[in-house]
Amino acid sequence: MFGLANPDRFMRVTRPLVGPLWVIAAVLLAVGSVWAFRVPEDALQGDTVRILFIHVPAASLGLAVYASLGISCLFYLIFRHSLADAAARAAVLPGAAFTGLALITGALWGQPMWGTWWVWDARLTSMLVLFLLYIAYAVLRGAFDDEGRGARAASVLGLVGLINLPIVKFSVDWWNTLHQPASLLRAGGTSLDPAYLWPLLVMMTAWLLLFLAVWLTAIRTEVVRRRVLAIRARRAREAQG
Amino acid sequence: MSAALLLLRREMALSWNGGGGPLLACGFLLSLAVIVPLGAGPRLDQLASLAPGLVWLALSLASLLTLERLFERDFEDGTLDLLALGPLPDEGVVVLKALAHWLTIGLPLAAMTLPVGISLGLTPAQLPLLALTAAVGALAFSVTGALGAALAIGARKGGLLIAVIVLPLFLPPVIFGAGALVAQADGRSPGPALALLCACALVAVVIGVLAGAAGLRGSRT
Repeated sequence: MFGLANPDRFMRVTRPLVGPLWVIAAVLLAVGSVWAFRVPEDALQGDTVRILFIHVPAASLGLAVYASLGISCLFYLIFRHSLADAAARAAVLPGAAFTGLALITGALWGQPMWGTWWVWDARLTSMLVLFLLYIAYAVLRGAFDDEGRGARAASVLGLVGLINLPIVKFSVDWWNTLHQPASLLRAGGTSLDPAYLWPLLVMMTAWLLLFLAVWLTAIRTEVVRRRVLAIRARRAREAQG
Repeated sequence: MSAALLLLRREMALSWNGGGGPLLACGFLLSLAVIVPLGAGPRLDQLASLAPGLVWLALSLASLLTLERLFERDFEDGTLDLLALGPLPDEGVVVLKALAHWLTIGLPLAAMTLPVGISLGLTPAQLPLLALTAAVGALAFSVTGALGAALAIGARKGGLLIAVIVLPLFLPPVIFGAGALVAQADGRSPGPALALLCACALVAVVIGVLAGAAGLRGSRT
């Protein structure tokens, strides 16, 4: 894993991975989407149950992506690998998009089912805080003229934000919330019917692979961007000297 | 130890005397409180249900605005570099600056919430709890704000940036601080919310000091 911190080796190892990741993610996404429209309607929720197949993967990835961002920040703070900073930076946009999508789909589902777009319960609020933390990281990362200074400050913030993850995950257990408690990962096994479980798992895998594809592409782009900047700086120095 | 006391005295003197000191923050808190009844209608029974949230909003904003320049001026005139050469570790600098802010700004603000609370319809019986929660909350705000200010040292846009960083981290003290007041108003025991508020403040002290020191170190290299 530490060998991959070398940008050259990282580029070599990931080059054959990116294309297949995109393809597999697209195929799984197509399969899962069609499957999601074929599951029987829920006895109580009717057709709206299908939002589950977008809401649950988006929400779990919103959390998972923040975890990868936080761990990248930790690695950057300890080892000062510039690739770790690139990884953290590349995770912000997809993570914020997933979290925002989870909030929006939740509101769309909540309007017919709960009778309201939004309630201030612990799960929804902590998810909103997660979204704000993504924004805070992105804003701080871009607020400095000196790139390294922004990377160091933002990685401290990214690390601090990790505290929110267990709060989001366990909010439904610690507080009595309108949001339902965990049904997928919980003590005593899943409470989901297999008819819903399998398409959901396909969708979650598809979204995970999609994130990995986006992430790797973005990190590779960042590495190339820095090379271009370095080359430009060298040319400018040569032109001066 | 004498270095620590010296820094604390310097920070407190600067914060107390420089540019209006606690008066400025308290004036801001009061002006915020004036806007609310004018906007939401002056009926006290209505305002009373909003009062805990409003007081906490005003307290967090007033703390935030005063924290913005906590490190910036010392960064610009080189004091932070001198402090880095001195005997105190970065954690010590952060903790003393935050402590001085709490003593000179946070506690006066907490005292100021009492008349504001009364004007918004809280009963006198609620005031001791309001003072206690506001004082503890102001401590959490001071250290969390110090963390934000340390991370934003040298940034292009200071004020709003610190607000965006710090306000999400302000939420736990707000939740439990206002929660304690609401619990008391509903006739429940405010104890659990109060205990959680103190826990939030303690966590904020530990994390704010460690992360703030990391921010200070990051601003030097």
